[in-house]
Amino acid sequence: MSEVLLLVEAKDGALDKKTLELIRGASDLAGESGLEASAIVAGQETSALADSAASYGLKKIYRLEHPLLEGFKPDAWVGALEWLCRQISPKIFILSHSFVGKEVAPRLACRFGVELTTDCINLKIDPQDGLLIRSKPIYGGNAIAVVKCEGTPQIVTVRKNAFEPAEEAATKSEIEQMVPGLDESMLRVRSLKTVEEEIVELDKASIVISGGRGIAEKEDFELLKALATAMSKSHGNVMIGCSRPVVDRCWMSSDHQVGLTGSMIAPDAYIAVGISGAIQHLVGMIRSKKIVAINTDAGCNMFKVSDYGVVADYKEVLPALVKKLEE
Amino acid sequence: MKEPKIIVFAKQIPDPEAPFSNVTVDVEKKEVVVDAPDVISPYDENALEAAIRIKEELGGKITVLSMARKVSDTVLRKTLAAGADALILLEDPAFERLQSRSIAYVLSQAIKKIGEYDLILTGRQAGDWDSGQVGLILGEMLGIPSVSLARSVKVQDGGVLVEKTVPVGYEVVEAGLPAVVTVSNEVGELRYVARTKMLALLRRPMVIPKWGSKELGLDAEMLKPVHLVELSPPADMKRECVFIEGASPEETAGKLASLFKEMR
Repeated sequence: MSEVLLLVEAKDGALDKKTLELIRGASDLAGESGLEASAIVAGQETSALADSAASYGLKKIYRLEHPLLEGFKPDAWVGALEWLCRQISPKIFILSHSFVGKEVAPRLACRFGVELTTDCINLKIDPQDGLLIRSKPIYGGNAIAVVKCEGTPQIVTVRKNAFEPAEEAATKSEIEQMVPGLDESMLRVRSLKTVEEEIVELDKASIVISGGRGIAEKEDFELLKALATAMSKSHGNVMIGCSRPVVDRCWMSSDHQVGLTGSMIAPDAYIAVGISGAIQHLVGMIRSKKIVAINTDAGCNMFKVSDYGVVADYKEVLPALVKKLEE
Repeated sequence: MKEPKIIVFAKQIPDPEAPFSNVTVDVEKKEVVVDAPDVISPYDENALEAAIRIKEELGGKITVLSMARKVSDTVLRKTLAAGADALILLEDPAFERLQSRSIAYVLSQAIKKIGEYDLILTGRQAGDWDSGQVGLILGEMLGIPSVSLARSVKVQDGGVLVEKTVPVGYEVVEAGLPAVVTVSNEVGELRYVARTKMLALLRRPMVIPKWGSKELGLDAEMLKPVHLVELSPPADMKRECVFIEGASPEETAGKLASLFKEMR
């Protein structure tokens, strides 16, 4: 029971940036407490991923390979991670607060009878009792709670950008290949098909123009799109985003949603149209370099976090703005 | 198939969309004070909407469970007005600020007391602590399949068919019943409840069962509160806002356009 363990995740076959951040986090925690940091790579075929994970100064890479780990079937992944944790009894297990992490961590923690803390932004070790001190935003980001939980392993999921990405090290980690004990009977949920949709990646935009509850009709998003088109001629990659109510109304798919349960972004400029500024939205865009708000309510919170504000009806301002930009 | 029995969890929380200026952090007492009325956690409303759609198609019964130290039945009666059939409040002083695991334990005991059920629906996460765990832990505790982040839920052929939001789009998955499904906002808003209907329901005398530790036969050892070491306000997000004004929309737009041109 001497390891800080982390789960590796891949994006397009390569190490995910969030994983590099986890490696840094795990290494720092290990250094603080005289433990070793190691990583798990899971899948059907993991040699390339394990090899790249081995370049960051970790003690060991556990390669968990099994045909049932192909794709991401939560039942199989939870089973495999449980199997490994029972073999090596890690002291701490950290995962990204990602699609995979959010899905497996609660179930894994339950199987070990311990309390998980999700979406942590800071982790330390209490020198007194060796427990993790976990900082996590609550009430959408209106407060930061610092909590401790009993039991082993100490399990958390970590928000993106909580740690700086790790850098490559001179020595390679040892890689150990293992075949977890899994069988078909563990799969309670059957995947019938995955439908790929065109997904916007808002974090690639230089400018994001978002609409919120103040947008009266779905068709009015055309005004935002017209502005995006006009701006894209001189400002590069301009994308359309939104706040949660717009997705609730099924006017836009959730990949456009900015905020706590959507994307957390930091574009060069963020233009908020008809968004009052609920905290859950603000945490997703507050790191934008410049923030411009257009809203009829001069007292709304969005203006308090903006660099520039226009108190006006978007229906009047946006078409006029497009015209001016095209002049 | 027979008419499904659906259980929906709805958590009562201070309105998460309250302006941040109405939220204060009491560092001393380690409490978040929200100056706003309580509401049903938004994702739980999405879960209720998903349940009502299933009931519209197949019939059945929807039971809403809400758990806290103290639950307001006026807030929760909205679920009945929207289309739920029964409401049970899980109330006990010992339910104050429990760990996710303990919450799931209480809910699992309530479900065992209810007895027969086919489907459990709940929001993907609550709008206060945003932990997003209870549904999945509950699936483990009850030993039933769990599916998270549903954007559509259908009951058919004795199973549940879920479109689940995944990073590349959506995945269609299927599980046998009973199962637990956590619901995301893509399902859609809870249907509108007419004010008159809501008021009539508030006036109607009704017995809403309240179950506490005793009624549920809970093991006090399992009720663990969150060990909160410290609570602090977030970093200041305020910026100095320069308001752009003009005599006409055109003039305002002109100033904005020059500003955008400078930003290049």
